[in-house]
Amino acid sequence: MNYPLHLAILVLLWGYIYTSWSVMGRLGLVSFGHGAFMGIGAYTVVMLWNYYGISPWLGALAALAFSAVVALVIGYPCFRFRIVGHYFALVTLALSEVARLVITAWRDTTGGSLGATPLGALHEGASISLAAMQFSDKRIWLAIVAACWALGLWVWHRVDRSMARLALQAISEEEEAAASIGIHVTRAKLRITLISALMTCLGGVLYAQYQLYVNPDAVSGIAISLQMVFGVIAGGMFVMVGPTVGAAFTLLLAEGLRLAFGNRYPALDTTIYGVMLVLFIIYMPKGILGAALELWRRRPIGQTFRT
Amino acid sequence: MSDIFDIYLLEAVLNGLLLGGLFALLSLGLNLVFGVIDVVWICYAELIMCGMYGVYYLHVQYHWPLLLAMAASVGIVAFLGWLLHQFVIRPVLNAEPINQLLVTGGVLFFLQAAATLVFGIEFRNLGVTLPSVRLGEMSFSAARLVAFGAALGGVIALYLFLTRTYLGTAIRAISQDRAIMPLMGVDPARIFALTSALGGALAGLGACLLVLQYDVHPAIGLSFGPITFLICVLGGLGNMVGGFIAAFVFAQFIAVGGFFFAVEWGYVIAFVFFIAVMFWRPRGILGK
Repeated sequence: MNYPLHLAILVLLWGYIYTSWSVMGRLGLVSFGHGAFMGIGAYTVVMLWNYYGISPWLGALAALAFSAVVALVIGYPCFRFRIVGHYFALVTLALSEVARLVITAWRDTTGGSLGATPLGALHEGASISLAAMQFSDKRIWLAIVAACWALGLWVWHRVDRSMARLALQAISEEEEAAASIGIHVTRAKLRITLISALMTCLGGVLYAQYQLYVNPDAVSGIAISLQMVFGVIAGGMFVMVGPTVGAAFTLLLAEGLRLAFGNRYPALDTTIYGVMLVLFIIYMPKGILGAALELWRRRPIGQTFRT
Repeated sequence: MSDIFDIYLLEAVLNGLLLGGLFALLSLGLNLVFGVIDVVWICYAELIMCGMYGVYYLHVQYHWPLLLAMAASVGIVAFLGWLLHQFVIRPVLNAEPINQLLVTGGVLFFLQAAATLVFGIEFRNLGVTLPSVRLGEMSFSAARLVAFGAALGGVIALYLFLTRTYLGTAIRAISQDRAIMPLMGVDPARIFALTSALGGALAGLGACLLVLQYDVHPAIGLSFGPITFLICVLGGLGNMVGGFIAAFVFAQFIAVGGFFFAVEWGYVIAFVFFIAVMFWRPRGILGK
C-alpha cells in the first residue's frame, strides 16, 4: 500500500517541479540554474527549522523571498544585456553550481555533502505535526503534492492563455523585432522567470519535508538542473501535462528495471534513459506526449481522405 | 611570521598558474569544436572521463607501458569525438542551437551511466606517483608541471596546425564562413568530422594529464565539466586566446581563494566572478 503511494507522490512532486521549469523553458528560456532555486527552497526551510525552530510554513515564505531576490539579481542583468541561448544556459549553470558549492562549503552549518535531516517533531503515537510540516501518513502528502501539482498546471494554463506567452514567443523568435513592436523584453522575461523560480523553490521545500533528508547533490548543482531539463524534453515541452508524463516515465523506467533486474545493474536505467534522450531530441523533439498527441490528431484526417 | 605567510601565498599563486595550464588545455578542444562547428559539447568532460578510464585499463589491467596507453587513449577519444559528431551532432546540425546543446547533454547522461554500469562506482587510481619538485621552501607536484608543459605544447601545436597546414587553413576558413567555403571546394562535412576528431584528441590529451593527478570515477566529469564550459564562455566561446586567459584567471581564483578559505569557496568566488563578468561583457572578455 505504501509503495504505490510513495511512487504516486514522487511522480506528482517531480511532475510539479518539471512543470515549473517548463513554464519558462518552453518559451526559449532554457535555464540550467533551477537546481539553485530547488536547493534554496530545501535548505532554507531545513536550516531555519533546525537552528531557530522556525516552522517550515514560515521558512517556506523566507525561501520564496530569497529565491525571488536571486532570480531578480541574476535575471535582470541577463535580460537587460541580452544574454540568450547558449550563454543564458551557461550563466544559469554557473548559478546552480554556486548554490551547490556554497551548501557544500558551508559544512559546519549545513552538514556539507553528507546532507542534513530536519529535526524530528513526531512524538510517540502522533503521526502529524502541523507546525513542523511533518506527516507520517503518506496520504496527507499525496493530498499536499497533488494540490501543488494542480496549482502548477493552473499556472501553466494561465501563462499559456496570457498575452505574456505571445510576447515571449515573439521574443524567442526574434528579440529585436519583438522589442520594435513595443514588447518590453526585459520585463516580460523577468516576470516569467520569477514565476518559474518561485514554483521550483516551493518544489524544493516539499521535497525536503517529504524526504526528511536533503543533500547538496540531490537538490542543487548541474546534475539536478539537467534532470529537470531532460524530464521535460522526454515528456513533451509544449503540452500541459508533458512534464508530468516525463516524470512518470523516468520514475517508472527506473523502478521497472529495478524490479526486473534487482540491483545487479545499478545505472541501467540512466544508460537507457540517456540513449532515449538523444533519440528523442533528434527524432521526436516534441517528447512522448507531444508525439502521441500528434499521431492521434493526424489519424482521423488520414481516414477522411481515404474514404 | 609574515615571511612564511608570503611564501605560502606565492606557492598558491604558482600552483594556480600550473592549474591554469591544465584548464587551458581542457578548454582548448571545446573551443575548437565550438569555433568551427558552432556546437557546445556539454558531454566534453565525459569524453575526458572515457580517456581516463582508457589509460587506467590499458596500463593497470593490460600492463601496457604508460606512454603507449596514453597514446592509445588519445586515439580512442579522438574516435569517440568523431562518433559523437557523425551520429549525434550531424542529425541536429540544422536544428535550433539549444537542441544541439541538449542532445550532447543526453550523451552526458549516457556516458556517465554507462561508465557506472561497466566500471562500477569505485575510485580508480593509476598508482603512478610523480615526485614533487622543491623550489626553495615551496613544493610543486611534478604531475602539474608536466600538465602545464603539455598544455603549452598542445596550444603551440594546435596553433601551428591551424596556421601552417592546408587542412588547418580550411578549418579556419570554414569557421569564418560556412556558406561560401563549399563553393571554394572545401567539403564542410569532412572538415567538421576532422575537427570533431581533433577536439576528441585534445580531450584525450587532457585525460592523460588528469589521470596522473586525480582518481577516475564515473562522476568525475561533473567536477571538471562546469568549470571547463565557464572558462570557454568567459573567454568568448570559440576564442582560443580568450579561453587561455580565462583559464589562468579562473585558476588563480581557485588557488588563492582556496588558500585563504577552503577549495569550494575558491570555486564559489570564481563562479560569482564569472557571472559578474558576463553582465559586463556578455560575449566573454575577448568575444565578438
